[in-house]
Amino acid sequence: MTIEELEQIALSVRQENAKYDYELNVCMDLACASQGAEKLKDALVKAAEAGAKRVLVRRTGCMGPCSHGPLVRIDPDETLYSRVQAEDAYRIVASLGGALAAGLECDLHEHFDSQVRVVLENAGYIDPEKIDDYIARDGYKALLTVLTEMTPNGVTHRITESGLRGRGGGGYPTGLKWGTVAKAAGNQKYVVCNGDEGDPGAFMDRSVMEGDPHRVIEGMAIAAYAVGANKGFIYVRAEYPVAVSRLTTAIREARRRGLLGNNICNTVFNFDVEIRLGAGAFVCGEETALIASIEGKRGTPRTRPPYPAASGLWGKPTLINNVETFANIAPIVRNGGKWFHDMGSERSKGTKVFALTGKIANTGLVEVPMGIKLREIIEKIGGGVPEGHTFKAVQTGGPSGGCIPAEMLDVGVSYDALLKMGSIMGSGGMIVMDDTSCMVNVARFFVEFCMTESCGKCIPCRAGTAQMHTLLTKISNGTGTLEDLELLEDLCSTVKEASLCGLGQTAPNPVLSTLKYFRHEYIEHIIEKRCRAGVCAMEISAEVTA
Amino acid sequence: MAAFIPPPLPSEDKRWKIVNGTMRKNGFARHALIETLHTVQSSFGYLDDDAIRFVAQSLRVPLSQAYGVVTFYHHFSLKPPGRHTLTVCAGTACYIKGADKLIAAAEERLGIAPGKTTADGEVSLMMARCVGACSRAPVALCDGEVHGEMTCRHLCEQLERWKAQ
Amino acid sequence: MSVDTDVKTLVIDEQEVSARSGQTILEVARENDINIPTLCHLEGLSDIGACRLCLVEIKGSNKLLPACVATVQEGMEVSTDTERLRKHRRTVLELLFAERNHVCSVCVSNGRCELQSMAQEQGITHIRFPYRHAAYSVDASHERFTADHNRCILCLRCVRACAEVEGAHVWDVMGRGIDCLLITDLHEEWGRSTCTRCGKCVQVCPTGALFDKSKIGSDHPKYPDFLPFLNLMREAQ
Repeated sequence: MTIEELEQIALSVRQENAKYDYELNVCMDLACASQGAEKLKDALVKAAEAGAKRVLVRRTGCMGPCSHGPLVRIDPDETLYSRVQAEDAYRIVASLGGALAAGLECDLHEHFDSQVRVVLENAGYIDPEKIDDYIARDGYKALLTVLTEMTPNGVTHRITESGLRGRGGGGYPTGLKWGTVAKAAGNQKYVVCNGDEGDPGAFMDRSVMEGDPHRVIEGMAIAAYAVGANKGFIYVRAEYPVAVSRLTTAIREARRRGLLGNNICNTVFNFDVEIRLGAGAFVCGEETALIASIEGKRGTPRTRPPYPAASGLWGKPTLINNVETFANIAPIVRNGGKWFHDMGSERSKGTKVFALTGKIANTGLVEVPMGIKLREIIEKIGGGVPEGHTFKAVQTGGPSGGCIPAEMLDVGVSYDALLKMGSIMGSGGMIVMDDTSCMVNVARFFVEFCMTESCGKCIPCRAGTAQMHTLLTKISNGTGTLEDLELLEDLCSTVKEASLCGLGQTAPNPVLSTLKYFRHEYIEHIIEKRCRAGVCAMEISAEVTA
Repeated sequence: MAAFIPPPLPSEDKRWKIVNGTMRKNGFARHALIETLHTVQSSFGYLDDDAIRFVAQSLRVPLSQAYGVVTFYHHFSLKPPGRHTLTVCAGTACYIKGADKLIAAAEERLGIAPGKTTADGEVSLMMARCVGACSRAPVALCDGEVHGEMTCRHLCEQLERWKAQ
Repeated sequence: MSVDTDVKTLVIDEQEVSARSGQTILEVARENDINIPTLCHLEGLSDIGACRLCLVEIKGSNKLLPACVATVQEGMEVSTDTERLRKHRRTVLELLFAERNHVCSVCVSNGRCELQSMAQEQGITHIRFPYRHAAYSVDASHERFTADHNRCILCLRCVRACAEVEGAHVWDVMGRGIDCLLITDLHEEWGRSTCTRCGKCVQVCPTGALFDKSKIGSDHPKYPDFLPFLNLMREAQ
């Protein structure tokens, strides 16, 4: 495959698409699929065949505003129809070129206007199972440019210049990581894509793997060229069967087109990718545990150093980045490091995809420039908390993150700002909670999560999270004391500082952040035996203790 | 040293050939353990001692290590699943939107705790750690099919439908 | 490269010490009679940094490092006995006592138990956490030894001794988190397992979890010192 051949493919796809008067893009991502998108697509195909106009019906990945699904976008008009059912198919096809189909149109300008799409640029525009659709939207151009025009150092330099930081949670500078692996000694190196999106409430990586799988493969191949690796693994959680099947198809197609394999683009560069399936262990998102899991072992983390960059998979230098990080690579290569660097805040560059869920009007995936205020994400893009309830907190960073209260909503989103507020960026889940959520209960929920996901290797995490859970259970059911609260805080500091890996070190975060901002709720449970949200069942009533 | 000869297939069952295929594809390397266990689980529905022993011996992995791996990962099951599987997602978004009520309803209706199968072998009740359909929370999977915005009523209706079959 | 560059100098507890490059902080500290408490570490076995008792402070870093695996760096200043470290060590030990059923007075290892002496050393007088009181099984199927999971602290010394020194890998861990459990083979009885009956696991066990049946009711010392010697002899071969 050469650049000319690539452009030829892109051209022929565009010519083919130009034969149609209209394109009906049907979102078939999990959320829309769960509301009947499959049937809808079949119905649209039937209706299109019966109609007079030339209509292309295309299945696509996630369009974003999942709560309005199933979604259909009509191009070139860019009309977005929401909550479409199979029965509406004939109506939609008949309306093409005329008035909009009544009752289906939705105005989501507020939702889309502040968004900037880099990672999700193809979401809703390509069929994820067609490599040529990806190529038609500049796919693999970055890879071939890199192979023919850039040195490995030049690639790393461009990524460094962009200021991209790891999107998996830690926010480690991506260019620095690549440089370290590139410098590591050894002929055999590996590139690993972490698709073990374990944070409950985050699904951007799933959406990218399912909706735009080639973007991940292209990012990995560019990384492999930069660090000198010839073999890649994508570690995907077993809970994502569709992602596995899309990636399998994508790898096969990329091999067929000569974009994976030996002598890619007639150069000496060889690179191939294999998929490895997770098996239901959150801790495998931690890089040393992930390596153990790919090696076929229990996913227990080990102490670092040595870091995987020096000694990773089978003891070889290994680059590990997460899905969203790899998804940013091709656009950075195409548009330059400066282009990316110009977006975002001072120390957090580019855009970030967030999964907005919970008690909010527009749930789904949004991509915004770093530095945007939380308030804008929640109230404008997310449409705020549904009527009749009031906002209480937004939880970011999954089980390692924290709960941010209303008074902090005017802070701009960045790695450092979230850390300062006692939470973390994490993979980008944002779960909005209203007055019906009890913060003690939420803290207990997350600690229970960490307790059952702890690998059991180190004592502070294994036994510490279990004791935290016991203490939180006591507090939430009204049998806790102020001494228990003190003990809990003391225990949190040991679990945080003495645990071996990130899971244990961050497990106290949901407790500490709720204690910081919602301490009064803990006190109410202990002293007044009262849960203001009415969530916790009290074993001792206030009258008895009075 | 004598060349290593993998153990014979445990039975005539054709599924063992599929399992063997996964191991062969990976050159009977030790690191293929989890891949192979996935093949066993998808072929047989669960992993019993005979299967673990066969895989461990074929890949030259110590028995205790193989058992440690199987029990570390929650995706692997040591017991056969029911004819139907109801999985309630217990991710954060689902929890905030009342997944605990769904689980309680399913527990009451089926008379079993999550992770168990009804005595008649009909339904297994499972809990998932987020299936990534958070925007349609709460979510349940009926035999793998994702259902968004699940209610206790819908859930019970589904269980009734399975019962009627 | 000259030999000199392989020597590092550092400060441990205000004492200037020298070390070979690649040595762990723990090794160097012990060479200089500086005591750092450990439980999962045992000379002759690989280190896993799991018990977290050997955590030390490094000047200029907020992160605590496990001395058993952290290697020395030129000029580093290590503190092994600060109030912060003592607090974490006490908490870790308390967590162990509350996790399973460590009742010293009825334990075969009473007076010879590393957990017990460590608790005394760290000045633990009571356990602040609620005891979990979970019942664990006792496997007495082996003709010579018994495994009492109530006393197990999951240090994995037995797993490592069996896999790394004996080469049998009969022991491993099943489950995860608080449900972790030591197993032989496919969670089968120890007596019916592929155990070579060498007894190394019993000698390295720091508590009364693995013990010699013939020693019940008597003083039960353990002798794990053979490991470095065994390794040395094997290397010489």
